Amino acid sequence: MWKFLVRRILLSIVILFFVSLIVYLIMRALPTSYVEGIARERASLPGGKSYTEWLQQLNQVYHLDGGVIEGFFGWLKDSFLKGEFGDSWKYNIPVVQKFKEVIWDSFTLGAISLILELVIAIPLGILAARKQYSRTDYTVSVFALIGISLPSFFFATLLKLGFSYKLGWFEPVGKVSRFYDQLTPVGQFFDVASHFVLPIMTLTIVSIGFLMRYTRTNMLEVLNSDYIRTARAKGLSENKVINKHAFRNTLIPIVTIVGGTLPGLFAGAMITEQLFSIPGIGFTAYQAMIIGDIPFSMFYLVFLATLTLIGTLISDILYAVVDPRVRVN
Amino acid sequence: MASKLLKENKFEPLKPDKKYLLQVNSLRTYYPIKTGVFSRITGYVKAVDGVSFNIKKGQTMGLVGESGCGKTTVGRTILKLTPYTDGEVYFGGESIFDKNKKEMIQMRPKMQIIFQDPYSSLSPRLPVGEIIGEAVREHKLVPEDKFDDYITSIMNSCGLQAYHKDRYPHEFSGGQRQRICIARALALNPQFVVCDEPVSALDVSIQAQIINLLMDLQEKYGLTYLFISHDLSVVEHISDTIGVMYLGSLVETGTKKDIFKEPLHPYTQALFSAIPVPDPDYKMKRIILEGSIPSPANPPSGCKFHTRCRHCFDRCKVENPKPKDMGNGHVVCCHLYDK
Repeated sequence: MWKFLVRRILLSIVILFFVSLIVYLIMRALPTSYVEGIARERASLPGGKSYTEWLQQLNQVYHLDGGVIEGFFGWLKDSFLKGEFGDSWKYNIPVVQKFKEVIWDSFTLGAISLILELVIAIPLGILAARKQYSRTDYTVSVFALIGISLPSFFFATLLKLGFSYKLGWFEPVGKVSRFYDQLTPVGQFFDVASHFVLPIMTLTIVSIGFLMRYTRTNMLEVLNSDYIRTARAKGLSENKVINKHAFRNTLIPIVTIVGGTLPGLFAGAMITEQLFSIPGIGFTAYQAMIIGDIPFSMFYLVFLATLTLIGTLISDILYAVVDPRVRVN
Repeated sequence: MASKLLKENKFEPLKPDKKYLLQVNSLRTYYPIKTGVFSRITGYVKAVDGVSFNIKKGQTMGLVGESGCGKTTVGRTILKLTPYTDGEVYFGGESIFDKNKKEMIQMRPKMQIIFQDPYSSLSPRLPVGEIIGEAVREHKLVPEDKFDDYITSIMNSCGLQAYHKDRYPHEFSGGQRQRICIARALALNPQFVVCDEPVSALDVSIQAQIINLLMDLQEKYGLTYLFISHDLSVVEHISDTIGVMYLGSLVETGTKKDIFKEPLHPYTQALFSAIPVPDPDYKMKRIILEGSIPSPANPPSGCKFHTRCRHCFDRCKVENPKPKDMGNGHVVCCHLYDK
């Protein structure tokens, strides 16, 4: 077990190294870089230096004059050896500080929609499986597939039109209203809540379908097995058959899948946050990326890679724990 | 479409007879074949197509036939584990198909089933004690304070030990698992047990143990079995009466002695000629059947067996033979005996 663990961790480190390298290369290879943008801006001001002179000077300031490989190892040394991820070029504050500022909004959105997803998708999946090929099954499946197939910006627009524009129940964009600072703490809470309803609805709608189909498939597999027939033959009530015998066995693959999505809570929802202008991590990272902010983008993307690697590592270990053949030893 | 199919096969309603524990009359189980986007029903697989038989209390009826002939479906339909299409089943004078869900649940402990595959018929996440005892508690068959002793005694009578209770099914061998399945069925104190090929998944030596266990238990508790198998030697060992099935229908029924001594139906003759004899000098006179079993979705006209029968004549191709009693309850469906 320890040997397995050490090997897996070493492998993860190698993967992380190459992921960082690829991300860095892509950031450097973007058609317009951050410094070029600033150089162009400054050169257009009257009486200044020319574009090339500005570019040379800025490249020096931002340590971009030493070539791609040197730049990468410089970043690697600073970030992993010294633990300094530098200042964000766009936001002008340390990368980690900006990250801490925005991550909890994304986490809240993600966590609430994940809970809603579980609460809605799993019972629907069980229902669809119990009534396989019935009208209920087809209705649930069609709505699930609509959720999977249509993009989030479609639903976001539709929800904004319905709930904000027509009904005026919830706020369409942003995280807080104009008069946020003048509200009582309770009022502030409801203000943010009102802004979060539509993004959460969007995130939930687009994610329900997959989990519902997944639950249905696994449930069907279990429902067609002999031991469910045994349970029915015993004369157990239908609810006992479903809850005690069938669902308990469906739970394991579902936990695996849901466990795999947990790191995603820190990744933010880039498109949805953008659509609702919520300053979460997805929105912030997107803004940083399109302007070519290398320190922030590197931190965000390598952070996601690390989370994914940790997630797979944990699920690999859990598999070994859950597997009865290992458990017996 | 199903109703139209069934109109052609009107059956005489059965008179419940106290002599028999189980009476099955004209049982049909059709599975719809759905095709296309709108799942239009384009036909039916006639898995069981008009099966009638009776079993006396305390006796064992062996149901034999080749793979896919509908033996298992008969067993499951009798217990209402598979929806029936038509027919009647009387258990102890009560009609099973007339019962609603609640009454059926009350009825279930009296009629149990042991499945073929002991590896998949036990819930993998429940300890053995719970698998055996769950329904006992559910139906309140024994008082709470005697529950543990009851489960232990049932397990002992099936050759299991009390300390097996807390173990999980994957910790047992195939034979032990089948013992668990039997204990599970017996714990409900049933009168009737469908044994759906209970030994086909086991080694020959274990098969003997399980068969003997089943026979001992039958003697001890006065059980009635419907023993489904394709292994004729096993059926000969355990059965009192035998039914031979071909493509969803019973072609011959009778006592074990009659059927083994004088098989009448050409299919039974062919089937029984294939029983291996443990004697190297014995010359087997095997009757080889041509072709393979036709599709139950589109069975042949007339006698279903006519495509493979060596005695087939013109009448067999158009007319379905009626059951004919050849004396001593030996019933055969064949035009050869229609004179």
